[in-house]
Amino acid sequence: MLYELHGVSKRYAQSKKKVAALHDVDLSIDQGEFVAIQGSTGSGKTTLLQMLGALDRPTSGSVLFDGVDLAGMKESELTKLRGRAFGFIFQAFNLIPTLTAQENVETALVPLHLSAAERGAKAQAALAELGLAERGKHLPAELSGGEQQRVAIARALVRSPRVILADEPTGNLDERTRDEIIALLQGLWQSRGQTIIVVTHDTHVAAPASRRFLLDDGAVISADAAADRVVVESPQRD
Amino acid sequence: MFLNYLFRELRHRHRQAVLTALGLALGICLVVTVSASAGGVRSAQNQVLHSLYGVGTDISVTQSAKSGSGGAQQFAMNPGSTKKQGQSFARDRVTSTMGLALLSTTKVTAVKSLSGVSSAVGGLTLSSMHVSGHFAKVSGSTSSSASKSTSAQPSTSSSGSATPSQSPIKISSFTIAGIDVSDQTIGPLSSTTLTSGRTFTSSETSAKVVVIDAAYAKQNSIVVGDTMKISGVSFKVIGIRKSATSSVDVYMPLLMAQTISGETGKVNEIYVKATSATQIATVKAEIKKTVSGATVTTAQDLANQVSGSLSSASKLSSSLGKWLEVAALISAVAVASLLTLSGVGRRVREFGTLKAIGWKSRRIVSQVLGEALIQGLAGGAIGVALGYAATRLIGAFSPSLQATVGASGLPTSRAGSFFGGAPGASSAGGGPGDALRGLSHTVTVYLHAPISVSLVAVAIALAVAGGLIAGGLGGWRAARLSPADALRRVD
Ligand SMILES: Nc1ncnc2c1ncn2[C@@H]1O[C@H](COP(=O)(O)OP(=O)(O)O)[C@@H](O)[C@H]1O
Ligand SMILES: [Mg+2]
Repeated sequence: MLYELHGVSKRYAQSKKKVAALHDVDLSIDQGEFVAIQGSTGSGKTTLLQMLGALDRPTSGSVLFDGVDLAGMKESELTKLRGRAFGFIFQAFNLIPTLTAQENVETALVPLHLSAAERGAKAQAALAELGLAERGKHLPAELSGGEQQRVAIARALVRSPRVILADEPTGNLDERTRDEIIALLQGLWQSRGQTIIVVTHDTHVAAPASRRFLLDDGAVISADAAADRVVVESPQRD
Repeated sequence: MFLNYLFRELRHRHRQAVLTALGLALGICLVVTVSASAGGVRSAQNQVLHSLYGVGTDISVTQSAKSGSGGAQQFAMNPGSTKKQGQSFARDRVTSTMGLALLSTTKVTAVKSLSGVSSAVGGLTLSSMHVSGHFAKVSGSTSSSASKSTSAQPSTSSSGSATPSQSPIKISSFTIAGIDVSDQTIGPLSSTTLTSGRTFTSSETSAKVVVIDAAYAKQNSIVVGDTMKISGVSFKVIGIRKSATSSVDVYMPLLMAQTISGETGKVNEIYVKATSATQIATVKAEIKKTVSGATVTTAQDLANQVSGSLSSASKLSSSLGKWLEVAALISAVAVASLLTLSGVGRRVREFGTLKAIGWKSRRIVSQVLGEALIQGLAGGAIGVALGYAATRLIGAFSPSLQATVGASGLPTSRAGSFFGGAPGASSAGGGPGDALRGLSHTVTVYLHAPISVSLVAVAIALAVAGGLIAGGLGGWRAARLSPADALRRVD
């Protein structure tokens, strides 16, 4: 198993009252899976993704990644792990506005301590793979939303991560661009068996996933299994 | 990547970067200007002290003349016989400077042998007066043309027939310093610089040679190679030296000064150099024991006596100036820090994203520090340039400062001053010992604010330090950002 979550809870101390964002979540994800985590706004999807991406530690429970518990790791160890194992895709793309497309992709290679030439070559290759070979010298502001998200995906892919973690990757995109990104993720999963975990409240994004979880108020209320099963649209609240 | 990111970032928010650098620059400009001015005031003060005192001299020893001695100088003016009436006359009189007692040269030797004294030389300051004119004729008795010669003079006589008439008498006076040619590093010559000719050689102890002050030489059109007749002795002019105050007009070997004034084996001032600055106080006490009744003045005593706009400027620059600099620096750093912090605040998502990607906090902090360092360097460079412009402006106006040494209010009652406008007697007219004798002595110096290499280095270092403080605060803020924020921020 790539991930094994046991009794994961996360509570935020919001002024005086405590907010329980996650409730006793048990979950396991295998290598090569395309997992969609669905749920309405505030149900705890982002919080769960942060646990999976070593961005935060649970209040209680254990998050085993490759058999190692992330909950017991020091911040510096989490940083090291993030630099090697994960590729993040954000709703707002989160590109560095002052850096060109290629330089943005190169930021993901900084933790690997490569030479400048190696970094450049890898970044160019990643951009070319996403059809952005000509756009390397452009600043994010000079690119469309879809192109920016493709640069962000190139940044996630460039160091061949174990897992791609995407939080509402189409939240800021129109329908046509959304479908392009969905197709792109699906292609990655199918062609190279890339493990993908995507958080979304959009059933279209969740549709190609091999497995879907539904989060409600911090708890997993349904997990429909096999990819070959007929896709049943999950109930949407927002 | 590091530099690329750094400069892109600075270019992207250039307005903020320029503002930060300018804030630091203004602070640095103030520091440079105030420090340079303070340096200028200090060097003006040194200039004044040195001109009074000689560069190498730490202590000066004099003794006040006993009351009843000295007094007004006398010339024998009696025509003697009526035959000489109307004929020309000339009188030369060289005397030891009034108010100073003569000391035996054995005192110099005694002072020299004191422990803590590195060297001591004796000096004899003389006033030379030259009076020339025509003897009066008694009108009525011999000639009737006398009334014509009096026309230039205001006549107090109403009428009368027996009024003696006196044609104008020419008087010139100058100051002579007899110096120890064997050690010219201390004493009056040490504060001057050679402009033409040469100075004394150490073997010219009894040579008939003189060195002339530049101002006096100019006034009297004296050049090197000329011959000067003083008290009937012909001296060859071997050199011209420039001094700030022109308090001495003619320098000659001590032995010659003693000969022409008739004061064999006497000096009226002893210049002392201590082995170290810490010895000065002890040496001063020792000298007082050795030379009874002596006035022993150290450079510090003299500095404490300095009053006038120079000393006000000095007090201002050492007290207010320091606070001004500190206040300017603190506000510059505060502005830079606030701007840097707000800059980091606007980049929460950016830094959070980099952390999520696996960048170490240290890497992000150094990025922020690098940006601040560049701003600091730019601020320092601009600040030094502005400061340079400001000091150039001060230099262009070069405000004059007056320094008055000695008891104020006391009239300068030297013989030479009676006659006013005596050649060579500049605004500073007075011997090196004037201050020590309680006589007022005013020197005018012009303020220049020189920027030294070390001041530039300090200014740049301060700007960089200021930038790094700001960057450090910004970096600390950036280091504390949680990478989890990056996932949540959509704005
Ligand atoms: N940093 C935080 N401090 C306090 N409460 C938080 C914080 N982050 C999330 N929450 C709360 O936790 C719950 C889950 O949030 P989140 O995981 O962002 O949900 P989703 O991504 O499904 O919209 C929400 O009620 C939210 O208000
Ligand atoms: Mg969310």
